[in-house]
Amino acid sequence: MTGGGGGGPVIPDFGAASDCVTENRLFCPDWVRDNWGDVLQPALVQHMKLTAIAVVAGFAIAFAAAIVAHRYRKFEGPFSFFSAVVYTIPSIALFQLLVPITGLGVLTVEVALVGYTLLILFRNVLEGLRATPPEVLEAAHGMGLTHRQTLWRVELPLALPAIVAGLRVATVSTIALATIAAVVIPEGLGRPIFIALRAYFKTEFIAAGVLAIALALAADLVLVGAQRLLTPWTYARRVA
Amino acid sequence: MIAGLGVFVDAARFLVDEHGLVLDKTREHLLLSGAAIGVALGVAVPLGLWLGHVHRGSFVAINAANVGRALPSLAVIAIGLGFLGFGFTNVLVALVVLAVPPILTNAYVAVDEVEPEAVEAARGMGMTPFQILRRVELPLALPLLFAGIRTASVFVVSSATIAAIAGGGGLGDIIFNQASYRLAGIVAASIVVIALAFGADALFGGIQRALTPRALRGTSGYGPGVVTAVGVVESEAAQSR
Repeated sequence: MTGGGGGGPVIPDFGAASDCVTENRLFCPDWVRDNWGDVLQPALVQHMKLTAIAVVAGFAIAFAAAIVAHRYRKFEGPFSFFSAVVYTIPSIALFQLLVPITGLGVLTVEVALVGYTLLILFRNVLEGLRATPPEVLEAAHGMGLTHRQTLWRVELPLALPAIVAGLRVATVSTIALATIAAVVIPEGLGRPIFIALRAYFKTEFIAAGVLAIALALAADLVLVGAQRLLTPWTYARRVA
Repeated sequence: MIAGLGVFVDAARFLVDEHGLVLDKTREHLLLSGAAIGVALGVAVPLGLWLGHVHRGSFVAINAANVGRALPSLAVIAIGLGFLGFGFTNVLVALVVLAVPPILTNAYVAVDEVEPEAVEAARGMGMTPFQILRRVELPLALPLLFAGIRTASVFVVSSATIAAIAGGGGLGDIIFNQASYRLAGIVAASIVVIALAFGADALFGGIQRALTPRALRGTSGYGPGVVTAVGVVESEAAQSR
């Protein structure tokens, strides 16, 4: 069972797995056990990496853009328009459209994933910054805070709930979109799903699908936790 | 840039040359999306309105959206493939599963947040609970209710593209088949999907306007700056295809 043989995936396929697997029953736990290390776990890790890179890069861009737009209103229109246009393109199409430009690789996937995060993150950061009550701004002004100090010490902390809310949505939707990335690169949890399509293998569909959903829910929970830690005041107030 | 424009020219040519195919796939796409939105409306609207009316089940109604938002559409379709196999039924079920949460949550919140004074006044006038729901709460809840429906419909139309991998048909058949239809076909089909998504949004926007009593028109009650749980739902659901 724990044999360190080189051909890992071959042996279990002939073992106890075969009955359930060859009959393609609904769900074969033994297949999951035997293929966890070679198929599912790597796909899960790749998926997390794809998502993390996209959300971090997307947040950096959207955050910078929102700060600029907060200062110079004219910038909001063009950036909103650009990110909204990207947002409407169906993901499978965008992945394939980028291939001639950025190649058949991770770069293509990341460019598309980053593009999809921009609208949500930009809008939430900007709305968060703008929601600062005028009295608070006046008080900051009266205390002699500069523009920059007001931004970092007053507006941004107050915008945190909106920013984290945006990050939640962006992360969860990036996890969803990253499953489709398997159209262009052999990575992420979409890969086992696309492979399962060839032989219509039910266990793999269900295992990979459940993992993707579990990952999305887990990421959402982690971010809710982060939000609670970062902005305890919003939870003291919120009743409904 | 010039090469980029060339793709659109090719796409336009594809739309003209292959209009029979595009129309066929568009019809399938609309049938699938329409069925999914219809079923989701039938399930989620009455349930959400009723839960909001009795102010019960907030945990379920609110978290439905949070959970639903987290469901990757491809994953839902994959699980459906395991249980239901290829074809229309699987894809329909998957799309309904994806469309119900935003509608349910918004319907619930919309009715739940109607001012208690208005409801009390109605009760004082001798209205029955059903009359209160129908004539007081529902009109006031329309903006939020329709925000959820519009989000869900855009979401369903764009997610239906993925349905192609599970034999659900639709424009995804073209988008997934680069080998046969080239980039021109992908761009052309994508443009149609985008147009359908905007069309769905406009359709429900029109229905919303038609249903809104004249006295309430012009008050959206739903500013774009809302970043509550509901606002998040609203901004999200256009995505996740």
